[in-house]
Amino acid sequence: MTQIFNERGEAIPVTVIEAGPCWVTQVKTPERDGYSAVQLGFEEIKPKRLTRGQLGHLGLLEEDEKHPRRRKLPKPVPPLRYLREFRVKPEDAPEEGEMVTVEVFEVGDRVDVVGTSKGRGFAGTIKRHGFKRQPKTHGQSDRERAPGSIGATTTPGRVLKGTRMAGRMGGRRVTVQNLEVVLVDPERNLLAVKGAVPGPRGGLVMVKQARKQRQVGRESA
Amino acid sequence: MNLVESLERQLEPNPNIPDLRPGDTVRVHARIIEGDRERVQVFQGTVIRIRRGGAGASFTVRRIASHGIGVERTFPFYSPRIEKVEVTRRAKVRRAKLYYLRERRGKAARLKEKR
Repeated sequence: MTQIFNERGEAIPVTVIEAGPCWVTQVKTPERDGYSAVQLGFEEIKPKRLTRGQLGHLGLLEEDEKHPRRRKLPKPVPPLRYLREFRVKPEDAPEEGEMVTVEVFEVGDRVDVVGTSKGRGFAGTIKRHGFKRQPKTHGQSDRERAPGSIGATTTPGRVLKGTRMAGRMGGRRVTVQNLEVVLVDPERNLLAVKGAVPGPRGGLVMVKQARKQRQVGRESA
Repeated sequence: MNLVESLERQLEPNPNIPDLRPGDTVRVHARIIEGDRERVQVFQGTVIRIRRGGAGASFTVRRIASHGIGVERTFPFYSPRIEKVEVTRRAKVRRAKLYYLRERRGKAARLKEKR
């Protein structure tokens, strides 16, 4: 994260995202697939980094006698590292092979950002569920970060399902909703959104149009 | 070069801020926005800290306000709200962060001028 000053001189905390160029690698239609979506590919890499199956899916293998019906995209795409699907309305779907750049976003747009949160390993209840610490003093020993009671006695005689305990934390898919687009740089494919985004630096995120747009209020003078 | 750097590279620090060093006595003219009015406020004191590094770079000025109360204000180098910074005096100091001035008052908090 970094910060940008706006025209009023206020510092805006932003996350810089390298957004695109992406290519449309597949369009899913309700008729064929039962739902409507586009599959976007990102980050060009050497062809040898992909399996033959992946290359075939991207339409990068030549046809020969043994394989006369290889997949061909209407416009060729480069070898791509990541493929992700985005749900779109059938009428909004672009053509396969088309390029998608940051220019689909505008400054002021609201976006949802989906990523994989940083893994915290096996975390205790304090870090994982925000439990309080127990007293350090007054005769206490070795209980400072203990979770406390996890249930009653003979009735019910078991620990209730869903009781919050220690365990694996992070590394999950997380969505941050309604972030404001502060800057779009088509030259370097950069996007800056206000606020933080899930995952480590350099992690892969999906940026979509915000699902729950806040009603843009009445226009004021 | 990472993405954040490549973006910060194109930002310009506020051109009204001269080269500052810890120990400088400065007058910072900062624009203050109150509602829809704007005015300039001057903050005079000693630079006790300079934080470098990209768009978050800042410097902290300490002054002794009325009744001997120490007041510190931190200004970002990239803030467009700084009108002007005048350096009135440069002092000889032997460290980068002058936090020790916080524990001193009066005569003990003086700094030797650099010639």
